[in-house]
Amino acid sequence: MKKGTLKQILLITDGCSNKGEDPAATAAIAYQQGITVNVIGILDDDQTEEPEGLHEVEDIALSGGGVSQLVYKQSLSQTVQMVTKQAMTQTLQGFVNQELKQILGPKQSMEDLDPEKRGEIMEVVEDMGETCDLEVLVLVDTSASMHDKLPTVKEALIDLSISLNARIGRNRFCIYSFPGKRKDIQKVFDWSPKLDAISTIFPKLTSGGITPTGPAIREAMYQFGKKSLLRSLRDEDEPNVEEAGY
Amino acid sequence: MKMNQTWKKQDIELKPGMSLNGKWHKFRYMIKRKLGSGAIGSVFLCECNGKEYALKISDNSTSMTMEVNVLKSLQKVQGNRLGPSLFDVDDWVTPHGIKYSFYVMEYLKGETMASFIKRNGSAWIGVFMLQLLEDLERLHQSGWVFGDLKAENLLVLSSPPRVRWIDVGGTTQKGRAIKEYTEFYDRGYWGMGSRRAEPSYDLFAFVMVFLNLYFPKRFNKGPNAEKVLYAKINEVKALKIYSPCLMKAIQGKYQSSAQMKNEIANTMYKAQKTHTSSKQTGRTQKVRTKTKSPVIVETGGIFLLALFYYLSSLLVP
Repeated sequence: MKKGTLKQILLITDGCSNKGEDPAATAAIAYQQGITVNVIGILDDDQTEEPEGLHEVEDIALSGGGVSQLVYKQSLSQTVQMVTKQAMTQTLQGFVNQELKQILGPKQSMEDLDPEKRGEIMEVVEDMGETCDLEVLVLVDTSASMHDKLPTVKEALIDLSISLNARIGRNRFCIYSFPGKRKDIQKVFDWSPKLDAISTIFPKLTSGGITPTGPAIREAMYQFGKKSLLRSLRDEDEPNVEEAGY
Repeated sequence: MKMNQTWKKQDIELKPGMSLNGKWHKFRYMIKRKLGSGAIGSVFLCECNGKEYALKISDNSTSMTMEVNVLKSLQKVQGNRLGPSLFDVDDWVTPHGIKYSFYVMEYLKGETMASFIKRNGSAWIGVFMLQLLEDLERLHQSGWVFGDLKAENLLVLSSPPRVRWIDVGGTTQKGRAIKEYTEFYDRGYWGMGSRRAEPSYDLFAFVMVFLNLYFPKRFNKGPNAEKVLYAKINEVKALKIYSPCLMKAIQGKYQSSAQMKNEIANTMYKAQKTHTSSKQTGRTQKVRTKTKSPVIVETGGIFLLALFYYLSSLLVP
């Protein structure tokens, strides 16, 4: 069986979009293209309840088929990796559910099965989650209010790479920030299997004024297709190198 | 199925006296009280056919199913001492039509390691170390790694005192990515290794379990995490004699728990031996032992006691 590649956009923001199209709508388009959109909203230390501006966070993830979570910056690291993994499981479970519906009829889903069968299916889902390839495009909001949160975001992303690289499947990450200079998004870090090297790049990020979340998601979507032809050819030449050891 | 479940901590409040009926297996459980809650779901003490069980319930059916899978595979490991035994897995639909998943397991009654040691003294440290390493070795032998090893997931059962694991939700197959972890116990967080499931991952967390006993508020990693860990290990008197072993575990130098267990047992044995030999040669070394002997007698006594308790705990199944 050929293993698929899961594609995810991970949006890290602390506020509401204020320019361009509705981010929930662009997230829906991305989801249509097979890209899951996950959103992490960072709360300020003095925010206790869900603030108005962050309602959007849940909406974007809902229409993007992904997972959303609001966190204080202290627990960002663990959240980032849990959200990513949770979304992987969710996507894979979605695939499995579709297959089940084809076999068992449109009204059957995994939760209508008895716990024993569910357990067996979850084992398969877990196996897939461990071995599938994963591409994560991290989209970081660099509007002015994010300034003091960026060091934590950097830590969290390095941590994410530690977590995901413990998997058997291959990973690829890239980082974009928005708003960019004259563009909606700006490349910070090109597709790469690890994120250890980002320490040097992150401090250079400048904070801007506006938050064009919608356009940023739309642009981010295209970056999955943009990987150079050479690279995709090269990848096909080395099938499952990591697998060999297991 | 609900595709876009936003993932929030949602505690289910079940009132004592309430009862729930399983959708599939039709068992009826009477809730007695809440035992605790974790990242996924809450645990309640319940009664079914006159027996007490622990019931874990959550609206996250996926995670619950994964936990049950782990419990089931641990059951297949010979013996029953790795984690609580599983009694039932089922769904519960509330009168409002909300669906929850739950599983029911053996109710283990005990106290935390910290409170036990506070009452009974640090002589027990060595005993618990050996017990834990023995269980870890059996787990590793069967192809699993505990993952989320931490003080909250351990319980000391009484007569004879025996450490048991109560939450095996983070248990991961060897070679995969650790499923669940807690930063303080995670070697990835401390920059001391990967998050791949291997025996040395558990041994790192093992050391942190014992550090956590003496630093209940935990501590930060600071700019030089490795140094902080070494300093903390050397700071605790009760861990002093084990510190060479603990250091090695932190550095990931043990290939297996059995190896570490042997070295710890040896350390305990040696500590006891120096104690007896210092007694015999006490006269010739009078001047030197004057200052040293109380410490040696004390530690030696502690280890004799510890060894005795450990051995007796092995005798009683």
